[in-house]
Amino acid sequence: MSTRNSFVSKGVDWTIVTLYAILVVIGILCIFMVEYRTGTNWLQLFLGGKTNYSKQLIFAGACALIATFILLADSKLFTAFANLTYVFGILLMIATFVIGKDIKGSKSWIALGGGFNLQPAELCKIFTALALAKYMSMQNLDFTKKRSQLIAVGIVLLPALLSRLQHETGLALVYLSFFIAMYREGLPAEILVIGISFGALVVATLTVDPNTLAITLTIIAAILLYVLRRQIKRNSKLLMIIIATWAICVGIQRFAVPYIFNNVFECYQSQRIYSAVGKDYDCNQNKHNKSEIAAGAKASFKPDDYNVRQSKIAIGSGGFKGRGFLKGTQTRGKYVPAQHTDFIFTSLGEAFGFLGCATFLLIYLFLLFRIVNIAERQRSTFSRVYAYSVASILFFHITVNVCMTIGLFPIIGIALPLISYGGSSLLTFTVLIFILLRLDADRQMVLR
Amino acid sequence: MSVFNQSRSRVVQIIFTLIFVVILIQLINLQIFSSKYKLAAENNAIYRKIIYPDRGIIFDRKKKAMLENTISYDLVVTPVESKGTDTLSLCALLNIDTVEYKRRMREIVFKYTAVKPSVFEGLLTQELYAKLYENMYKFPGFNLTDRSVRTYPFNTGAQVLGYIAEVDTSFLRRHKEDGYEMGDYAGMNGLERTYEKVLMGERGIKRFVRDNKSRIQGAYENGMFDTSAVAGRNLYTSVDVEVQQLAEKLLANKIGSAVAINPKTGGIIAMVSSPNYNPNDLTGSARRKNLGRMLLDTARPMFNRAIKGQYPPGSTFKPLGAVIALDEGLITPNYGYTCYGSYSNCGVVVKCEHKNAGHAASLRLALANSCNSYFSQVFRMAIDNPEYHNSTLGYLKWKEYMNKFGMGTTLDVDLPSENKASVPDTAVYNKAYGKNRWNSCTILTLGIGQDKMTATPMQLANMMCIIANKGFYYTPHFVDSIEHEQKDDTLFLAKYRRKHSVIHTSDTVFRAVHDGMHDVTVYGTASEIKVPGVEYCAKTGTAQNPHGKNHSLFVCFAPKDNPTIAVAVIVENAGFGATWAGPIGAFIMEKYLNDTIASDRLSEVERISKADLIPVAIKDWYVKKENQRQAKLILEAEAAKAEMNAESKQSNSEEEENSEKIPLGTEKDKEQLELILPDNKNIKPLLPQNKKDSSKKKNTNTTSALLIDDHKKWLAKKSKA
Repeated sequence: MSTRNSFVSKGVDWTIVTLYAILVVIGILCIFMVEYRTGTNWLQLFLGGKTNYSKQLIFAGACALIATFILLADSKLFTAFANLTYVFGILLMIATFVIGKDIKGSKSWIALGGGFNLQPAELCKIFTALALAKYMSMQNLDFTKKRSQLIAVGIVLLPALLSRLQHETGLALVYLSFFIAMYREGLPAEILVIGISFGALVVATLTVDPNTLAITLTIIAAILLYVLRRQIKRNSKLLMIIIATWAICVGIQRFAVPYIFNNVFECYQSQRIYSAVGKDYDCNQNKHNKSEIAAGAKASFKPDDYNVRQSKIAIGSGGFKGRGFLKGTQTRGKYVPAQHTDFIFTSLGEAFGFLGCATFLLIYLFLLFRIVNIAERQRSTFSRVYAYSVASILFFHITVNVCMTIGLFPIIGIALPLISYGGSSLLTFTVLIFILLRLDADRQMVLR
Repeated sequence: MSVFNQSRSRVVQIIFTLIFVVILIQLINLQIFSSKYKLAAENNAIYRKIIYPDRGIIFDRKKKAMLENTISYDLVVTPVESKGTDTLSLCALLNIDTVEYKRRMREIVFKYTAVKPSVFEGLLTQELYAKLYENMYKFPGFNLTDRSVRTYPFNTGAQVLGYIAEVDTSFLRRHKEDGYEMGDYAGMNGLERTYEKVLMGERGIKRFVRDNKSRIQGAYENGMFDTSAVAGRNLYTSVDVEVQQLAEKLLANKIGSAVAINPKTGGIIAMVSSPNYNPNDLTGSARRKNLGRMLLDTARPMFNRAIKGQYPPGSTFKPLGAVIALDEGLITPNYGYTCYGSYSNCGVVVKCEHKNAGHAASLRLALANSCNSYFSQVFRMAIDNPEYHNSTLGYLKWKEYMNKFGMGTTLDVDLPSENKASVPDTAVYNKAYGKNRWNSCTILTLGIGQDKMTATPMQLANMMCIIANKGFYYTPHFVDSIEHEQKDDTLFLAKYRRKHSVIHTSDTVFRAVHDGMHDVTVYGTASEIKVPGVEYCAKTGTAQNPHGKNHSLFVCFAPKDNPTIAVAVIVENAGFGATWAGPIGAFIMEKYLNDTIASDRLSEVERISKADLIPVAIKDWYVKKENQRQAKLILEAEAAKAEMNAESKQSNSEEEENSEKIPLGTEKDKEQLELILPDNKNIKPLLPQNKKDSSKKKNTNTTSALLIDDHKKWLAKKSKA
């Protein structure tokens, strides 16, 4: 992947380079599995460069080149240009509103010519990671202060907001992963706890009957009051907090969640979220849908969980050992939509079964742990924050993508890092990882 | 600060691990503990193509094929590939318009998707196939696929052979474990139904991998799990096709039935139920056209009267009455009864055809003269048999005899839905008269085959077999043997190969009955009916029935000394047994025994065949139906014209010529209609409605209304003249 130049390779973490290479190769094989048809001369097609797997190989080659350049670069370059690239990325994203190209309903691409398109929101992940690292490593920054915390959150949420405006919900959600990095740097744990509790409450609202849930919440509150009765006697504020929490929880599950699903989300989004928990969403309740019908647009179609169903069938049919390389009928029959991009995990699950999936996920987990270890051995805050950002982004991508294919998360367009077909995605993760490797190679330096 | 938060790196790692554990748990759940996904994947991807075997052939006793398989073609279309089809010439060939073409296409796309081949026009006729085949290059996306259908080279035996048809949902529900699928054909009636499992063979299955749009991607596992089709096995029946054809011809233009059985084997030689239909009318492309009409026909051509029709046997029952009395030891062949033209011992008078004393001086004489008094007396003796103390028990014994003779029970022929007809249970009489309040007198006419007794023609023929065989019979059946007979088949056919001994009376007893029945053909009621070179025994019957004129019945067997054929013939509402049923029975025997009909008798065959004995009520029904059809056609034409009229009005309201012509035309049509239906009440209610419609038209279009008035005046003048 990189030239064996002793100068360049000095201090480079070869474990990560190896893991990176393994994952890219797995990715190309997976795409090959999806594209392969019996009776075709795959070698010829491969060399012809017309198929997705040969294209992905070309992307990989290009990425290797770029990775080399990154490793050749000076670490100080990244700190120096961090803010500038961030501003450049934001401007690029704003520019897409004007010169953007419409692909699959989201106007978030810029045509580069030659059939290549660039998604600025994808690249902006790198820039945001750098910018966040830059901000956090400021010498006189006190991250315990609310002000600095808010600024950090602002840096992260600005591109997220822009992504959302481009209807790239998946990419927008990725920026939430930076909270993990910020947590490591001292963001109050309460935010994570409240966030997770909120998520759990939303999921519970979707799955559990509203009345049952309300009663359960009330019982929990009552038990809490009983257990803490002594403390409450001493401190009446606690009583208020418990009652307020209870009221908020019930309010969310009773009114807020249905309101959001019916009025804020588009019909298809509500459907996807509901289908992730195995339920049907009635589009007739949806405001957008109603207005669409009123405007004379096409009538609502039946809620369809085709994608999740087929994806679960593909993975489930793999069994313990899998059906074998190129033997999966779901893959051969193209039953899973977007299988070479977002649903690439299904081809792996079908062909190699639980053993394959578990091994594959362990490679990922190993990569993540390795990055966290690297982060902790950094001297400079910049490198550490950046490393955590990379780990968080990877983690978020892997979790959401895999959970989506196995029916634990609603479907949003998020790629599986280094595996999914797509130049933008591969390039982004290559750059993310290799900047980290470059910074790590200079871990003895204190970068600001 | 960073040192302060170092513990959080552990927390982050724990979060990572936890999430991965959750994912792994879900993977275990999906991949290891749920078997449904594997099944779902197979259902998705494996397309099982059924390879249909050829159905078995049904042969007659001389190994002539009564039905064969031919190939019929379906026009199949794959809508996505049909761009560039010469729609106009295709429509011209199929004789449809482009609107219909578009409608069918829409329906196919809607029902079966656009990427899968689906039937556009099924079961093409030969000439249409030839025309289409020549022009196929003009129709990309269209294909001709073959399918095996039945043909019947002898145009005979429709009700016996039955028919095959596409299975429907209720059939599938009833035959769940037999592996039928939607679109399969199965025997629905007759032998096709009974021997379905033999005839259908074993379907082969080829497995293919298909993609998300149901396109075939190739063989599944290189055909490792494929099975090949095994052709259906042939049936060898006892039917004689020529006898069957002759019997059908003789019963043409009549309502009735004839059954001929070989008493030595129980094999059915011919079974006819008239009105009949040509079995070719229910195969291939003809089926659609004819089935509805046949099902609605009031004469019920699809109803097999030979096994389902219930007729009072009348005098044809008398030989059996005699056999029962002889077996019970109540009479001897010498028993005589003095009859002076009626039987009045019971208060009611049962008339007899003969008045001269001594016409019933012995069983033989009584049979030959068909003496009602004699058999009434014999029946009373059986019921009032002192051995059984009371008439109920006596009747039960008598009924037991009847059932042994196959009367009032199903014989278990190898056709579906056989009727057991009726020998009433004591409960029936208990209900009608009160318990123990009936006796041999109340049910007297049972003795001469009337009252509540009915029998199917096959039961009568079987009764003749028993008498011909002097006391035993084989269950009547069609299939003698099955090709490559297997264990199951042998088990099934065993019941047709077992001899049923009914009674063990001495030869002399039966000889008296035989002689009596022979005398019938010598100087009795059937003396006019001859079979060249054959001595035969017979009994005519003229059965009263609640549906009008007497039924004409005839039962017989031949040759007298070594019977090889027993026949029962019934012609509904045709009068005396000897007039119509008799000759028909004789010709059937002649054809079977002599293998041909004597040339001087051929004109007689034609005469009988042409004789129209269909009851007036049924003919009226046909006339009515035809009228309704005509009226409907006219009304439709009128509606179409009116529609055109409306359209043309819309397009060019100025142009009045068109609009004038059409109301005139409709008036004329109505006039025509009234001429066709001078006295048809069914149509009348339709007409006023129609007039209302036209009156509405009048309001909207004054010019045409005026014209109509003019036209009416003209009509009035014409009628006066």
